[in-house]
Amino acid sequence: MASPARLPFEEDIHELESLLLALELKSAKELSASEEILRIRKELARIKRLKYANLSAWETVLVSRHGDRPQTMDYIRMVFEDFTEIHGDRAFGDDRALRCGFARLGEHKLMVIGHQKGHTLQERQECMYGCAHPEGYRKAMRAMTLAAKFRLPVLCMIDTPGAFPGIGSEERGIAQLIADSLLQMATLPTPIFCVVIGEGGSGGALGIGIGDRVAMLEHAYYSVISPEGCAGILWKAATELTRPLAAEALRLTSRHCLRNGVIDEVLPEPLGGAHRDPREMANTLKNWALRSIRETGRPDTTDLIDKRFAKFRTMGVFREAGNGSTQASGLSAG
Amino acid sequence: MTQPQRQPIEPDSGRAVSGRPKRGVPEGLWLKCPGCKATVFRKDSEDSFNICPECQYHFYLPAEARIRQMLDEESFEEWDSHLMPCDPLEFKDRIPYKDRLESEQARTRMPDAAVTGRGYIRGRQVVVGITDFAFMAGSMGSVVGEKLCRAVEAATRLRLPLIIISGSGGGARMQEGILSLMQMAKVSAALGRFGKAGGLYISVLTNPTMGGVAASFALQGDITLAEPGALIGFAGKRTIWNTVRLELPEGFQTSEFLLQHGFVDRIVHRRDLRTEVARLIDYCAR
Ligand SMILES: [Zn+2]
Repeated sequence: MASPARLPFEEDIHELESLLLALELKSAKELSASEEILRIRKELARIKRLKYANLSAWETVLVSRHGDRPQTMDYIRMVFEDFTEIHGDRAFGDDRALRCGFARLGEHKLMVIGHQKGHTLQERQECMYGCAHPEGYRKAMRAMTLAAKFRLPVLCMIDTPGAFPGIGSEERGIAQLIADSLLQMATLPTPIFCVVIGEGGSGGALGIGIGDRVAMLEHAYYSVISPEGCAGILWKAATELTRPLAAEALRLTSRHCLRNGVIDEVLPEPLGGAHRDPREMANTLKNWALRSIRETGRPDTTDLIDKRFAKFRTMGVFREAGNGSTQASGLSAG
Repeated sequence: MTQPQRQPIEPDSGRAVSGRPKRGVPEGLWLKCPGCKATVFRKDSEDSFNICPECQYHFYLPAEARIRQMLDEESFEEWDSHLMPCDPLEFKDRIPYKDRLESEQARTRMPDAAVTGRGYIRGRQVVVGITDFAFMAGSMGSVVGEKLCRAVEAATRLRLPLIIISGSGGGARMQEGILSLMQMAKVSAALGRFGKAGGLYISVLTNPTMGGVAASFALQGDITLAEPGALIGFAGKRTIWNTVRLELPEGFQTSEFLLQHGFVDRIVHRRDLRTEVARLIDYCAR
């Protein structure tokens, strides 16, 4: 993994952590945990709990992008067995920003699809920082077709700043492929579970985001546009000042997405974020996946597709002039 | 809006040589054509549905004129015009979304960016949806999503062909945040069912069709038509520049570029749209 990035709002946490480390090293020689160590541990937990319960929208974005935050391939290693990756879209190439493959979860067989951003510089460059091209979505569609054919549920892990904005991406029809994928997912005759594990950046995220269950990790974000992009347009420039304003305005945190009826569930993160305890996070994700599979069962596919439609059909907030009623998804009815 | 977009573009006909632009339609007697740089007598272009008489450049056409152009006279029955936008996020950038909505509504005399309903094209009954660039760059928020969704459902129920004419520089509307992104999912899901029920959907792309609108219903047609010279794509010029620092090739993201790359079935002159759509409906009639 990359060297741990330091989040700007964690100065005091880092200070205490290095103090604790020094004390622990010292006490390891002395074979005694001093009062001081216990006190610092407690204080650290208290600060983390307080900070992470009150992250601003922009701080959430920073946590979701943390270099050590577990990514799709990390969860695949920690949660699933016998992962068998499938490669290529049979038209252009193999997009490393979107990974697909068969995997086992206990007694269940699944198709797993997820964005991969990469941890090391080399991996990041290979994965285009998690920004998929048209061939990535075409491969994902292939994987979903396979899953439907062989009656495997699909699990999608969303973690992208957005689909790749570039010349090749446009020439090969990134808008077309996202549009195709949305259409396919809306009527795919097998259960789909989606979870935003880090960045849920706009169309590139939604491109693998239509499911029967949609969850978010606590400190992930899900947004129509990146805070930078939004600040650049509505505040005329993305600066240190405007990025947090845009992040706040977009209501992109898991709490807001739950309230707006866009997701079903928030998966709590370990104290101080998923990057501090990837195992615990993986365990939570595993339990969510198992529960989702169990609760969905082996449904009649017509019923499944109808319910999936009904779930997305109610999303949005508008007013019906005349009868004065407001229709709102989620709890935000006003 | 999916990716960060280029700046909301002024409707391309909006620059009158004199007078203030109103609803993207120049008020002055003359307007300057971005295609051939000629100064065009406004009346001449309006008589041919906002096409430059010199070079055939397709200017912006408001939804209401679009209806007059596409549908048989007096045949349009508007649906769901009572749906009004809200401000679910209490969104505020330099201007509160609420105020923005009010001024857009006053300026365009439309409640939001979409018009939907039923009408006839050369005697063939169709369901029509139009997104109008004049209202917040034709971006899709909850009202646009809901109206299109209801139109698709009606077309499914009535077993009628569906025509959606897209004009959106904004894609999904930022001011309604994630709810706008979900309209892409919602309309796609409705179109998925329409398609499975055997419905015919003809999508007409006009200048511009970008971002989340392009990445959903605009490119989900059985047939994709485009007006000449329209800007069509996912990421805007500025976003691409910010990411890859490359100058875009000449004609990048135009209708002609998309045709060449295999994403558009036909480029159709505005004058011929009615005829072409009617013919396609006949070919696909059940
Ligand atoms: Zn001209």
